[in-house]
This record gives sequence, C-alpha cells and structure tokens, in this order.
Amino acid sequence: MLMAVSGVLFIGFVLAHMYGNLKAFGGHDSFNEYAYHLRVIGEPLLPHEGFLWLFRIGLLAAIIVHVGCAVALWRRAGKARTVKYVVTKNKASSVSSRTMRWGGLTILVFIIWHLLNFTIVKVNPNTGDTGSAAGDPYNLLVDTFDVWWMTVIYLVALVALGMHLHHGIWSSAQTLGLTNNDRARRNAKAIGAILAIVVAGGFSLVPIFVLAGVITK
Amino acid sequence: MKLTLNIWRQADSASPGKIHNYELDEVSEDMSFLEMLDVLNEELNAKGEEPIAFDSDCREGICGMCGLMINGEAHGPEVTTTCQLHMRSFKDGDSITVEPWRADAFPVVKDLVVDRGALDRIIAQGGYISVNTGAAPDAHATPVPKDKADRAFEAAACIGCGACVAACPNGSASLFLGAKITHLGELPQGQAERDSRVVNMVGQHDHEGFGGCTNIGECTAACPKEIPLDVISRLNWDLHAALRHGK
Repeated sequence: MLMAVSGVLFIGFVLAHMYGNLKAFGGHDSFNEYAYHLRVIGEPLLPHEGFLWLFRIGLLAAIIVHVGCAVALWRRAGKARTVKYVVTKNKASSVSSRTMRWGGLTILVFIIWHLLNFTIVKVNPNTGDTGSAAGDPYNLLVDTFDVWWMTVIYLVALVALGMHLHHGIWSSAQTLGLTNNDRARRNAKAIGAILAIVVAGGFSLVPIFVLAGVITK
Repeated sequence: MKLTLNIWRQADSASPGKIHNYELDEVSEDMSFLEMLDVLNEELNAKGEEPIAFDSDCREGICGMCGLMINGEAHGPEVTTTCQLHMRSFKDGDSITVEPWRADAFPVVKDLVVDRGALDRIIAQGGYISVNTGAAPDAHATPVPKDKADRAFEAAACIGCGACVAACPNGSASLFLGAKITHLGELPQGQAERDSRVVNMVGQHDHEGFGGCTNIGECTAACPKEIPLDVISRLNWDLHAALRHGK
C-alpha cells in the first residue's frame, strides 16, 4: 500500500512538473518567471525556497518508501521461486507490467542525472560550464536539448516513465482496493494508458521542439 | 500423432531433478493430457523403468488435484485443468515440455508432484465460517442479494489447484487468497470473521514464502476457473479495512 500511495504522489508531481516545462513554449521570461515563482511561493509565511524544500523533502521521503517497497517485493519474488522454469510463456501480462523493476531502476538513474543536469551541479552539456555559468534555467534548458544525444537520453527516460505509469496507475488502484468489478478495472487501466501517453508525450514536446529549433534562446 | 516429451524427473524432494526426453507414438487426439501420460507410463512400466509421478483425482476438472506446467503455461494452452486438456490442442510432431508447479512454498515431492499443503494452511487460518452444527437452517433464512451471491459463487469456483501461483512471475498466491476472501466476504455468514480472516490468511500466505502481488495478471489468465483479477482488489480493500479497525 505504501508503494501505491507514494506512487500516486509521483503522479501528481510529474503532472505539475510537466505544466512547468510547457512554460518553455511561452519563451525565456515566462519560463524563468515560473522557476523564480517556485522559490518565492508562500513568502513571507515561508522562508525563501521554503515551499520548494518542503516539496523536495516530501518527494525524497516518497522515493525512499517507493524504492524500499520495490526492493522488498523483488527479494520476496526471488525467494518465492528459486528453481526457475525451463520454459516460460507470458499469456496476459503487458510489457509495462513485466518491466516495472528494470524500468523503475532506469528512471531512478535518470532522475540522478536529471538533478545533476538542472539542479544540483547544473551541467551545461553544450558549453561544458557548470553552476551559475551554465546559464539561467531557460538558457540551460535550450543548450541541453540542442545536444541531440541529450534529447535521446531524455526521450528514452520518458518512454520508461510512460511504461511505468501505464502499469503503475492501474496497479495502485488495485492495491488500494478501488477496482472491485470489471468496469472499475477497465477504467483504471484506461486512465493508466491515457495518463502515461499524456505525461510521456507532454514532457517530450519541449526537448523535441528545442532540437527542431522551434524553441530557441 | 507422434510427440516428443521433455519431462521433469526428480526422485524426491532432496535430490536434484532434470528434464528427460521421451518419444511417444500413436497418441490419439481424443486422449486427455493425463491419459497420454498414462500411456507413456505403461510403456515405461513395460520397459522396467520408473513411471512418471503426477497428481490427478477426479479427472473431470473440478477437484483441483492435477496441475502441470505445459510449455510454460499452467494447465497448458486451454482455459481448463490439465485433466480436461485434450491432445487435439497439440499437433503431430510437437515437442512438449512438462514441469511441476515451481514455487518454494510448493516443494517437489517426486517428478511432477508438488506439496500444496501451504494452501491448506492458509485456509486453516480463516478460509471458513464458524457455525454450530445441527439441523441445516432453512435456505431462505438468510437473504443474500443476487449480485453478491453471484460474485461469491464466481469466487467460490476456485478449486485451489495452485495454477495462479505457478503462473505468477512473483510466485504469489494472491488470486487464491482473493478468491477465498471474496467468496466468504460477500456473504452475510462471512461477516463476523471478516477482519480476522483477511489478516490471518495474508499473514500465513507471507509466512509460507509466497511472493508479493504486483498486479501483473498472469494468474487470472492461467486460472482454469477464470477467477477475475478484481478479487485481489477486494482482498486489498478488506485488508486495509481490517487494519483500520485495529486488527
């Protein structure tokens, strides 16, 4: 259940994150204004970046819980069948459902790079600059996705994220006990598929449009 | 028809097993899978070899005793039990690999026979209702809404064969558990012990070393009784409710 609840938090987060990314279509000032706004939200009730840090701590706690549950399930599955089948066949399961573990690991590795790229170190793969020299948020974004292989890395991660959501959303509904009949099950699976496409597609727009030269400095 | 059979042979639970290859000729398409194995065993007997051990009882698809992994599919390619699978589902010249259910909670006894006592021990933890014996109550003494009766009946079709465990990549018995929880939880007679039932049965399930459910859905595709996946949702709902009630 902790797996499902922490996963649902991530769904909310990626949707909000995607909204922020799409601000890039509004141009340099619109995007940077949003990034600045995230830092001063709640002031003066909260200190500078106060909301942002609360959010980050919450996400960090959720990811620790989510990964912890995944490790526990993976180990249990390993112990539950130590002698493997000679022949195995998948009759009904989706590719997404069978790649939750390796796909999740892919996403985790990607998140580490993503944070190094845009938050912790701020690596500009175009100029090689780091830190504040890497440019303001919008310029760093455009420089990053102007490098074709960076865009490819991000798109691969988004495919992994989309697949993870495709199974994860329906699976969390099932774990929370919300799919007690045929129709509820079909709906949960449909919501999973739709949100997976919306999120992976929505995030993909910015890198693709930067590489195509539509979003420029 | 002529078949190549690759069958798991294992002398007992302590010794390692391996796949042996057998050629079997003149198999009728009207034979059931188990009858085909009977014919093979007669040949092995005639040659003085040890026959292949496999489980079976009613041979009409209702007892849950038989169960073989056939070419990686629990109970083979049709939606039925192994005893009701017929050789017309295979083609002349086919190569068929037959293995026992694989789960550490189901230790191999011999060849294709596994010990499914773990499922019985889960039932013993609450897969029943406690009633005083005596004269049977009148059938209409306790009204049951039609939709609940139907759902309970659908779940009660579970014969405890273990195909869900065998097919599950996680080695989980959640479909079996869900079927029992739904079957009794939908009926008025099952309410008194509803909370303790789910907590104790899930506890025993985990204790037996079955894996955790990740809602992949291979179990329901393998189930000869077509138990739907939503019984696992019911299981989760009831477990959360019981934990909320402090059980």
